[in-house]
Amino acid sequence: MKHKQQHWRRWLALLPLSLVFLLSGCSELTVLDPKGPVGQSQKDLIVFSLWFMLGIVVVVFALFTFMVIKYRNRPGRDDKDYDPDLHGNTAIEIVWTVIPLIIVIILSVPTVTTLFDLEKPPEGSQDKEPLVIYATSADWKWFFSYPEQGIETVNYLHIPTDRAIEFRLSSADSMAALWIPRLGGQKYNMAGMENTLYLEADEPGVYDGRNSNFNGEGFTEQTFKVHAESENAFKEWVEKTKKEAPKLTQKKYNELLDPGLSKKLTFSNTHLAWVDHGTNQDRDYAIELHRDAYQELLHLDNERKDDKEHE
Amino acid sequence: MKLDEFFVTGEPLIYAGMVSIVLVSSAVIFLLTYFKRWGWLWREWLTTVDHKKIGIMYILSALAMLFRGGMDALMMRVQLAFPDMNFLNAQHYDEIFTTHGTVMIIFMAMPFLIGLMNIIVPLQIGARDFAFPFVNALSFWSFFFGAMLFNISFVIGGSPDAGWTSYTPLAGAAMSPGPGQNFYLMGLQLSGIGTLATGINLMVTILKMRAPGMKMFQMPIFTWSTLVTCFIIVFAFPILTVALALMTIDRIFGAQFFTLTGEGLPMMWANLFWMWGHPEVYIVILPAFGIFSEVIATFARKRLFGYNAMVWSMILIAGLSFLVWVHHFFTMGAGAFVNSVFSVSTMLIAVPTGVKIFNWLATLYKSKIEFTTPMMWALAFIPSFVIGGVTGVMLGMAAADYQFHNSYFLIAHFHYVLIAGTVFACFAGLEYWYPKMFGHKLNERFGKLSFWLFVIGFHVTFFPQYFVGLDGMPRRVFTIIPEWMPLNVISTVGAFGMGLGFAVFCYNIYYSYRNSKREETGDSWNGRTLEWATPTPVPFYNFATVPHVDKYDAFLAMKEKGETTYDEDKLEPIHMPSYTGKPIIMMAILAFASFALVFEWITLAVIGLIGTLIMMVIRSFDYDEGYHVEVEEIKRIERKARRL
Amino acid sequence: MSAHELKSGPLEYRTQEGQMSILGFWIFLAAEIVLFSTLFATYAVLFGRTADAPAPGELFEIETVLIMTFLLLISSFTCGIAVHNMRKGAVKAFITWMVITLLLGLGFLGFEIYEFVHYAHEGATLQSAAYWSAFFTLAGTHGLHVTLGIGWATMILIQVAKRGFTPMTSRKGFIISLYWHFLDVVWIFIFTSVYLIGMVV
Ligand code: HEM
Ligand SMILES: [Cu+2]
Repeated sequence: MKHKQQHWRRWLALLPLSLVFLLSGCSELTVLDPKGPVGQSQKDLIVFSLWFMLGIVVVVFALFTFMVIKYRNRPGRDDKDYDPDLHGNTAIEIVWTVIPLIIVIILSVPTVTTLFDLEKPPEGSQDKEPLVIYATSADWKWFFSYPEQGIETVNYLHIPTDRAIEFRLSSADSMAALWIPRLGGQKYNMAGMENTLYLEADEPGVYDGRNSNFNGEGFTEQTFKVHAESENAFKEWVEKTKKEAPKLTQKKYNELLDPGLSKKLTFSNTHLAWVDHGTNQDRDYAIELHRDAYQELLHLDNERKDDKEHE
Repeated sequence: MKLDEFFVTGEPLIYAGMVSIVLVSSAVIFLLTYFKRWGWLWREWLTTVDHKKIGIMYILSALAMLFRGGMDALMMRVQLAFPDMNFLNAQHYDEIFTTHGTVMIIFMAMPFLIGLMNIIVPLQIGARDFAFPFVNALSFWSFFFGAMLFNISFVIGGSPDAGWTSYTPLAGAAMSPGPGQNFYLMGLQLSGIGTLATGINLMVTILKMRAPGMKMFQMPIFTWSTLVTCFIIVFAFPILTVALALMTIDRIFGAQFFTLTGEGLPMMWANLFWMWGHPEVYIVILPAFGIFSEVIATFARKRLFGYNAMVWSMILIAGLSFLVWVHHFFTMGAGAFVNSVFSVSTMLIAVPTGVKIFNWLATLYKSKIEFTTPMMWALAFIPSFVIGGVTGVMLGMAAADYQFHNSYFLIAHFHYVLIAGTVFACFAGLEYWYPKMFGHKLNERFGKLSFWLFVIGFHVTFFPQYFVGLDGMPRRVFTIIPEWMPLNVISTVGAFGMGLGFAVFCYNIYYSYRNSKREETGDSWNGRTLEWATPTPVPFYNFATVPHVDKYDAFLAMKEKGETTYDEDKLEPIHMPSYTGKPIIMMAILAFASFALVFEWITLAVIGLIGTLIMMVIRSFDYDEGYHVEVEEIKRIERKARRL
Repeated sequence: MSAHELKSGPLEYRTQEGQMSILGFWIFLAAEIVLFSTLFATYAVLFGRTADAPAPGELFEIETVLIMTFLLLISSFTCGIAVHNMRKGAVKAFITWMVITLLLGLGFLGFEIYEFVHYAHEGATLQSAAYWSAFFTLAGTHGLHVTLGIGWATMILIQVAKRGFTPMTSRKGFIISLYWHFLDVVWIFIFTSVYLIGMVV
């Protein structure tokens, strides 16, 4: 018995060590290493809450360990500290009701303020107008339309740094969610509705973006890259695109809406000229076109992902 | 419809499934025939209205479903272990996570708990059966056939593949054609009828059939948790009924509730689903709380701390559970104000939950803990559930949830609460009440082995998922990128640990059946509540004489006073309901109708519905009022059971 | 469950089975209220979403709906008289009043079917738009309940005719009367929140 216990202690000693490892590893996790103010505010909130949660966990685990070790029924234990009828204590019960309540209140305040902040462009860049991008999901690809620039990309995104991006989210068919973990949290894309999501990058780089809301067979591959670059580089890219990219025709667009994966594409106009899936009247545009196409399977598996041509 | 459209073809795994189904069913049929057990099966089990037998059938079915859901889980874990795994393709993976989720919640967790309630609640309150034994049988068969209907989908017609949440428009007729999604709808609808009926049944039983003298605030805590759960069932399940019906009407009759055409509103499904769905998660956790409370009080050899607070916190949780559903789609874009309100209401649930945790800890204070296997499950529950709870609060902070939502962080949260809560409780409850059900205990050595395998496996599986979620891994993807591999490998290893734990658990059932010492008294664990006052095995009428209760922990008081549930002077003939085959027949016909609806064979469905109505008419004219067990008979049974 | 029968009070409450069944039925009605509330909620949410189909205001006819309402209201009243007679032990009167109740119910159903067919002719069907799906499902669910209620009550009438009033038959009689009143209440809500509002907006 005794032997066993020492064994135990040794393993126990490993626990804090592994915790240190975990926590140092954490700083590299995407969500905890944001590249823009929106993700930063969310990370701050998460870390803030994490301290309270760790506090609660520590308290409960300590109490638990104490009870289980101290009050186990071991041979030779006397009845001095055994009180089978003990069944209440109003004071302590009030304490452990009120303290969690206070924690909830403390957590609610930053939650609510952050929620309201997220509905506006991030603070630091308010002197610049946000860049408007229509992000439209269609089974299983992304259309990004830049109405002011008059260009449209499929399955990749260019954005300037240090300027708020105002995403207008909608979907041609199933419900999706635009998520760029390095830049901030997600929101849903729904047909017939328009959601607004503000994100911003303050470091140039290439970030992963994707649809995070399951929407059928091609879901896993509904991803895109975000190229965040300086305002000048962005402008250059826009100019070049306008000059070199082909025009998107409605016919071509309708073909692209057909459920399936797609390569990266670039156009020097936007589909908003003939359809805006975020409006009530265009909500069934894709469904009416492709009703039968949903019956076909993609037969997507790990060998047949290449159609999409990631890079 | 051609035969090769009817049967699912082209998947080796599914062929293997078909073969094993055929093998197992022929083996069962052969054994039943060989040992001439068909009559026995019909008379003793299929037609029973005895709550204890029905409970056992619930639990057996739930264990089978746990196996099925577990196989799904292992297959998913294999596919996700490495980036280039080609074990399941995307479509197959989608089907598997859909059936896994649905089976685990609807056909495993709930029936398991309802099975335990079936057996224990009447015993705990000193009742001789349910208020409506016939309806109880009906409930069981509706669940059973619902589960069968759902499970058959993977060999016939094709599995549903839109997730257990089945969000529209994806799950609508346009984007999910074919019978798969209909299986989901009809399977849940069929078993939902039974759940609602059980809710009503147990509620009346608890309100009206308590032993003389037992006040509401003297009821055992598991009975209280059942009562509160039944309230949630009665108020939540009709919402699911409607939601499923609307989607069925959409899919089969072309209505436009959740469609993109005709100005339907897909998000209305999400709302209806979670208005039921969030209460549903409390339907599966409150009884678990009740079980842990019983187990902890028994093996801490101490009265439960803060009984009143325990009851009131459950009532509060039940009330709040109807006011938080929006937290499942904070990202819908309902605006900062709506999200704030639901954020706060969500976090508030943690307060009564916390109260319960502290009460359990306080029950351990100045106690004398015996480490039996049921107690081990209950103890493991406390720290594990706390991890699930605090991450729940983090998810409840809507602004942060924009990052957690749809990620493995969420997956980790709900497995921490559902497994460490519900599944641990199912194991704890089964092992705790096992001697009452089967007349012998489960072996402790194997019990502990399966406990450690399962619990360690559980943490190894799900703890890493919090981190891989924070690393941006979304739920429901069928393959991973290399960055996520290390944590996923760990998860997969853990999952096999859990699988092993479950296997040992099942082996233990067999081993103990062969080797365990048979119980001689009814009081296997030195219990505190009335179920332990009955002899083991429990006579079909439960109590020869129903004790008068005037205290909490009624059996403890009886033992002090030297009372039993067999007082020869007070015997009276006992009125019992007769067994009947009508419930199983009625539900089989309804299942036939549902099956026909799945394939949209309207004529056959109508025939089935008419058949069901005819069965109801027959039932209406049925005036079988049961029979009486005579005093002599009772004496004979009791003397034998009590070895007098 | 030994049958300790009370000697006084309404027959249906004298046995424990009777009391339990009636309590159980009340709880069932609570569940039904949730069911109809959900349907009302979906109806409210989908209100106005008629797409290319006609608006409700163009189709609803106050006369038909008023007649339906009166039929059902009166049937609730006659059902009350029937139960009153049951309490007095008057089998014949009970049956007579119940038959009148059911006939009124059938009348109601007749008008409802006529109404639905009429709307379909005007281009408003279950399939034509979200609003109409919600309308037909809500009103149709109520109509289906009435239909089942009529069938069920018929069974009970046969049993009362055969057996007279026993604790069992009078319990059944009482329960069907609860059900019938409940359906009447639901209809009042449909009448006001679906038809009246639909006609005004
Ligand atoms: C401390 C109390 C709890 C809180 C504050 C909480 C909070 C939450 C929140 C906010 C979500 C949604 C997250 C998202 O989708 O982004 C969620 C999901 C979930 N929770 Fe909890 N939860 C709690 C306890 C429980 C319990 C006790 C259970 C069940 C036994 C449970 C089961 C689930 C399930 C199954 C889901 C996800 C369902 C899905 O999307 O498939 N939770 N929880
Ligand atoms: Cu929830």
